Amino acid sequence: MMFQARFHGRGGQGVVTAAEMLSVAAFLEGKHAQAFPSFGSERMGAPVVSFCRISDREIRLREPVLEPDALVIQDPTLLHSVDLFSGLKSDGAVIINSTKDVADLGLDALVERLPAGNIRSVGATELAMKHIGRPLPNAVMLGGLAAMTGVIKLESVIAAIRQAFPGAIGDSNVAAATAAFEVVAANKKDAVSC
Amino acid sequence: MLKQTEGSHAVAEAVGLCRPEVICAYPITPQTHIVEGLGELVKSGHLKGCEYINVESEFAALSVAIGASAAGARAYTATSSQGLLFMAEAVYNASGLGLPIVMTLGNRAIGAPINIWNDHSDAMALRDAGWIQLFAETNQEAVDLHIQAFKLAEILSCPVMVCVDGFILTHAVERIDVPEQELVDAFLPPYEPVQVLDPKDPVSIGAMVGPEAFTEVRYLEHHKQMRALDLIPELSAEFKSIFGRDAGGLVRPYRTEGADTIVVAMGSVNGTIKDVIDDRREAGDKIGCLSICSFRPFPLEEVRAELLGVRRIVVLEKSLAVGLGGVLASHVRMALRGRNQLVYTLIAGLGGRPILKKSLSAFLSKVEAEPHADVHFLDLKNDIVEREIERASQQRRSGPTAENVLKHIGSPMAGLV
Amino acid sequence: MNIIKFYQKGTYTVGNRLVSEEERTTQSSQERTNSITCGHRACQGCGEALGARYAIDSAMRATNNQLIAVNATGCLEVFTTPYPETSWQIPWIHSLFGNAAAVATGVAAAQRIKGRDNVRVIAQGGDGGTTDIGFGCLSGMFERNDDVLYICYDNQAYMNTGVQRSSATPPAARTATTPPVGPEPGNVFGTGKNVPLIAMAHNIPYVATAAVADLRDLEAKVTKAMGIRGARYIHILVPCPLGWGSAAHDTVRVARLAVESGIFPLFEAEHGVVTNSTAIRRQVPVADYLLAQRRFAHLFKKGKPVDDRAGRLQAMADENIRRYNLLRGEETDR
Repeated sequence: MMFQARFHGRGGQGVVTAAEMLSVAAFLEGKHAQAFPSFGSERMGAPVVSFCRISDREIRLREPVLEPDALVIQDPTLLHSVDLFSGLKSDGAVIINSTKDVADLGLDALVERLPAGNIRSVGATELAMKHIGRPLPNAVMLGGLAAMTGVIKLESVIAAIRQAFPGAIGDSNVAAATAAFEVVAANKKDAVSC
Repeated sequence: MLKQTEGSHAVAEAVGLCRPEVICAYPITPQTHIVEGLGELVKSGHLKGCEYINVESEFAALSVAIGASAAGARAYTATSSQGLLFMAEAVYNASGLGLPIVMTLGNRAIGAPINIWNDHSDAMALRDAGWIQLFAETNQEAVDLHIQAFKLAEILSCPVMVCVDGFILTHAVERIDVPEQELVDAFLPPYEPVQVLDPKDPVSIGAMVGPEAFTEVRYLEHHKQMRALDLIPELSAEFKSIFGRDAGGLVRPYRTEGADTIVVAMGSVNGTIKDVIDDRREAGDKIGCLSICSFRPFPLEEVRAELLGVRRIVVLEKSLAVGLGGVLASHVRMALRGRNQLVYTLIAGLGGRPILKKSLSAFLSKVEAEPHADVHFLDLKNDIVEREIERASQQRRSGPTAENVLKHIGSPMAGLV
Repeated sequence: MNIIKFYQKGTYTVGNRLVSEEERTTQSSQERTNSITCGHRACQGCGEALGARYAIDSAMRATNNQLIAVNATGCLEVFTTPYPETSWQIPWIHSLFGNAAAVATGVAAAQRIKGRDNVRVIAQGGDGGTTDIGFGCLSGMFERNDDVLYICYDNQAYMNTGVQRSSATPPAARTATTPPVGPEPGNVFGTGKNVPLIAMAHNIPYVATAAVADLRDLEAKVTKAMGIRGARYIHILVPCPLGWGSAAHDTVRVARLAVESGIFPLFEAEHGVVTNSTAIRRQVPVADYLLAQRRFAHLFKKGKPVDDRAGRLQAMADENIRRYNLLRGEETDR
């Protein structure tokens, strides 16, 4: 079993930390995980990509994730400026940080070719503002990803978040991530493709 | 203790466990997280009995380590690329004086053009300076090699460079077992210097040596590295008996039994290569790989033994001997001296270009047809190269090569990789 | 200390026999360590051999013989360690040309970490290794306030390699790379680096200048420096008969002319502020100093200046006199 996720966002949004937290969540479940950034010139606001692989066995591969099973898009402004969906598996999952419905994001072609319910949008920044008080959607998106793919459990995401952010900040991130998980899990059953 | 942590951080912890006494640090991407980690360990009081000195250049960093080591303290520093070159004089000085300094080299390409990503050009630039050079395949091995390095350095009184692929390993978060202090103490005793600056017993260190004796001094340096060929496997075995896992050693073969083709490489790319080997073996290809962990001393006999009789050898290296071809490949050919075996040089990953399973597999399929050329560049963009050659031939002032090439490629964010 | 207005006939040296033992110079003592023992290969009349011996023996006395020396590449390193011999009687290391200060930082750190607080460290180099190639490491050591005394033996050029110009070479001086030809023969005006002032700009605990003409002054400064912890710098003028074209027997005299003309001021500073200067006892014209050395010969013809450059050097000396208040019209005890 090898699960590959790719995270897209802009510098300053915690894209690298998101991949790391996902890897910690997998580790806490006894799995092997590898997380690393795309090593660009990091500036605030520049597009950033990070990767996470999860497997039952030792991960030996050292290349970027070219065929992701899941895409986490933390900044919707990237949707039409960078080719985010390159290599996405035919049954891959996409979770986008946006309050808009997927139908309104101009991704009809993608929606067509993926199985129903495989693209979801979650207002992660809004949830972050509500629970954390800062527009940091990275931990929130992990809650949504857990619900969508089931690759890691919510408890593991929570534990990973607490390891990354101690004290009250950890609590608020956990609350926001849990909220995202519940939103995605609730709508999953009657998900339609648009 | 098993942790999910960043490679650099684990290396910092490993170095801390070795009870260093003087650490001198100058920042350079991608080694920064290691020295920051160590700085924090010292400042927080977690790592006791250690002085952490912020120096003003890499040249100063290694010079401080030289002074500390000569005065009997266990000394450590870390650098990459341009920083290694800036301290080049001191690198030769440390080995010439026989000081057991351990240094992490976060492998990074050397400019111009300036490039912060991984390749092995820095290690290759100083391969003949007299330092032992060990290459880590994984972050676990990076941790383990540092522990072995201090012991190796101090037994021989020879400095050791532990090479860890920049970004690919240093900035990757993965599952690493960071050993307990008791185990490290059981393996690594306190530093007992061969020579030391001590008012109770004065010596002069670093005097001039003329034609009458210089050859002998250099020979003895070489002799040390010949001893290392025996000591490195011994330490690896001793490490295994205490820590319970394989790490280090001279070379590491993988599925080479009955192989027609063997891929030889150093460092993290071996992980990707092993995946390719498994895929191709499954498809019926008789193929294996050989990871070289000790580059200096270069294990000529061990490499020869592993590759003898194999039809095709592909040396995949992240270094280019400009004007010649492969560096590692030349070493492998020397190991196979007198033998009529096909050795292909595959230059890959320069300046951080990812080495893709797909590309490697495609190349290996090509190699089965035994093409005539023996130096290949993996994923070279031929059209770009040809266009630039053409442009340069058209007019004298054709502009800087690097900038012209970048213009052809377009925005750096156009592709994801 | 008693001020004894008594000079040995024909010199300006205060005799040791009439002062108490503690006040006698280290060099006059049978107990001196003779840290650089005889047999070294310095040139006849070498000012650096003299200066180093004075300084290191003083430092040994001041530290109760707990001293480690780090040496840059240069004359001192070469003539004290001619393969296969060494004249050093103390622990000594030579690493590279430009890193003496950094190596000393490392040696000092090792002493600290091993709890050997009483063992002190001196870094030493010529002007080349200090003002030029060693400048980066020197500044770093100052900035960190490492517990190192750095001594620069300034003979004002790269002497070991054949008398090439350094940033310590005075204006107008002849060197192999500033030959006395062309429109401005010798080294040009408007260049050069004043490292004592630069050391002061780092606000380190102690900076001093000294010369081999005044043994007592030099020893006092080294002793004082060893009583202080942190980064310290002493800059010693050491004439080089070969490079300066002065007579081998004139080394002390030429150094004295440099001091008494004001061209090389003697002063001390602490944390960036001048605390003390040595008054000139009997001022001499800079020309007397210049005429004693062939490296300035092209400034004169039959003892008279050929242009304004000797005058400009006099102006530099006058500026030093003004700045450090060197003509105080007082009797000095030195």
